[in-house]
Amino acid sequence: MVKKIIDLQHLVKAFGEQTVLKDINLTVRTGEIVGLIGPSGAGKSTVIKIALGMELASGGSAKVFGTKMPSRMLLGQIGYMAQTDALYMSLSGKENLKFFGLMKGIKRRILPVAIKHVTEVVDLTDDLEKKVSGYSGGMMRRLSLAIALLGNPKLLILDEPTVGIDPALRRQIWAELGRIRDAGHSILITTHVMDEAEQVDRVALLLDGKVMAFDEPVALKNEYKVNSIEDVFLKAEGVE
Amino acid sequence: MRAIAIMSRVLKELFRDKRTLALMFIAPILIMVLMSIIFNTNSSTDVNIGTVGITKTLNNDINGTKHVSAKKYNNNSIAKKALKNDKIDAIINKKGNEYHLTYANTDSTKTATVKLAFKNALIVTNIDQLKNALKQSTEATMKLKAQLREKQNQSAASPVADENSVINSSKQGTPKIVNTYIYGDKNTGYFAKMLPILMGFFVFFFVFLISGMALLKERTTGTLDRLLATPVRRSSIVFGYMLSYGILAIIQTIVIVITTVWLLGMEVVGSIAAVVFINLMLALVALAAGILLSTFANSEFQMMQFIPLIVVPQIFFSGLISLDSMPNWIRIISYIIPLKYSGDAVNLIIMKGTPLMDLFFDISILLVFLVVLTILNIEGLKRYRKV
Repeated sequence: MVKKIIDLQHLVKAFGEQTVLKDINLTVRTGEIVGLIGPSGAGKSTVIKIALGMELASGGSAKVFGTKMPSRMLLGQIGYMAQTDALYMSLSGKENLKFFGLMKGIKRRILPVAIKHVTEVVDLTDDLEKKVSGYSGGMMRRLSLAIALLGNPKLLILDEPTVGIDPALRRQIWAELGRIRDAGHSILITTHVMDEAEQVDRVALLLDGKVMAFDEPVALKNEYKVNSIEDVFLKAEGVE
Repeated sequence: MRAIAIMSRVLKELFRDKRTLALMFIAPILIMVLMSIIFNTNSSTDVNIGTVGITKTLNNDINGTKHVSAKKYNNNSIAKKALKNDKIDAIINKKGNEYHLTYANTDSTKTATVKLAFKNALIVTNIDQLKNALKQSTEATMKLKAQLREKQNQSAASPVADENSVINSSKQGTPKIVNTYIYGDKNTGYFAKMLPILMGFFVFFFVFLISGMALLKERTTGTLDRLLATPVRRSSIVFGYMLSYGILAIIQTIVIVITTVWLLGMEVVGSIAAVVFINLMLALVALAAGILLSTFANSEFQMMQFIPLIVVPQIFFSGLISLDSMPNWIRIISYIIPLKYSGDAVNLIIMKGTPLMDLFFDISILLVFLVVLTILNIEGLKRYRKV
């Protein structure tokens, strides 16, 4: 049975006079990576904030794990990584992981094992005792991802996870995301790097507060009769 | 449980920021030592005294004192006008055998100087008078002896008149002194009055600013969003902050109290624990206010802009300056100033030894501030997560 982990139906969000999201229909199923692409200001972060329960939808429904958002307890099953690294600079990598682990509700007994696992995944084991202020940009990004992975959440919501990361590391992260997906977890990822959009299972094109197209990358390319997602994107924007 | 984890994280961050820590502990000590030096030992102030109806010798004796000048006024009302216009700092008015001293008392060092100068001058004059009296009485005795000798020879009446004059002169030696203060009373030492309020002010200032900055940083770096993306309760975040800054405020108050008691020789009549308790309450109010206001600031600099708006007025309404003679609306403002209540309470504990039980009113007002601000903070976090 393929379950809908995230289910957004006819989502509308207005901030005062300004309507940011007009009609968003988006689903993330078990064991798939869904990419959300769109120009900056299209409302990608707002979609994520509604999915996390940080913002309330003005209309339509937002369900995660079949429960209407916002729901505080559900957050324990979601791993979230924001655009900014959001780390405590004066603490060490390990202290950051420990703190967020406790916040996620991971028991103190199993926390060391969980930390060991995620640091191996992002290859930070050797630098765990160092203060984050001494980390490079890439290391901070990896630590941030490790925090999102803590507690083995069934759903990962990643907001531009590969910004400012060198190509080798980006490939590494994508390989890891693939493994996580294969383990049966779901991932919602925003990006504006178009070749990353090629690697997701389904891609949603967000434009002007609406999902213009939502399908597998190959299907989209066929539909728009172009060779890359970038061209799909440009064409969709041109049509609009 | 999560609140404890948040507390230990906030404390860890704080104790790694050595400069901020130094600011919290060393800056108040430095400022208080400086203030005690400046306000307490400023002995070279020049004082002007207006005198009415006192003897020329006394006037000259007062004038002879260093940094003091005396000016004769014809009557008391002219002198009072001069006092009101700040031309003189005190009036010495002799009424019969009484000296009426009126002090402006806006500067306690000046008042002290006047008292000292007057006392010294009076002693000098008295000694002169005594000398005269002694001379008179010696002369009288001589006379008596001569008379006695004559009387022995002649055996006649008693020397009543002479005895009376001796008694009169000795009566004059102890005149009555009446002190009047335009502002305050004889206990008003400037620094003594300032200290309890200053103590509270430092606690308020640093906790307000540092906690506000800390939460602002959480918001701008995105750690607050990340924190709220976990199942943590909004209240746990607020309580975690309260616990950590509460601990910090306790340490800070103890350091300040120890400094003032040992280094500056301040006398605390009541219990030091009670002083710490009141300052802890104030710190928690400051923390809640700092967190609440930080949501209205978008940068560290905007947070600094609350200093003249929120922090500095605390001083004016804290009881440092008597509000009794001020217009009503100013007194109304003072009721919403937390530092007023903690200043009142700490003042009573330090100067009169009032136990905490009798400070129920001040404590409960602080508690109301704390509860209201805390609820506002927990509700305010809804801006960042709707549940």
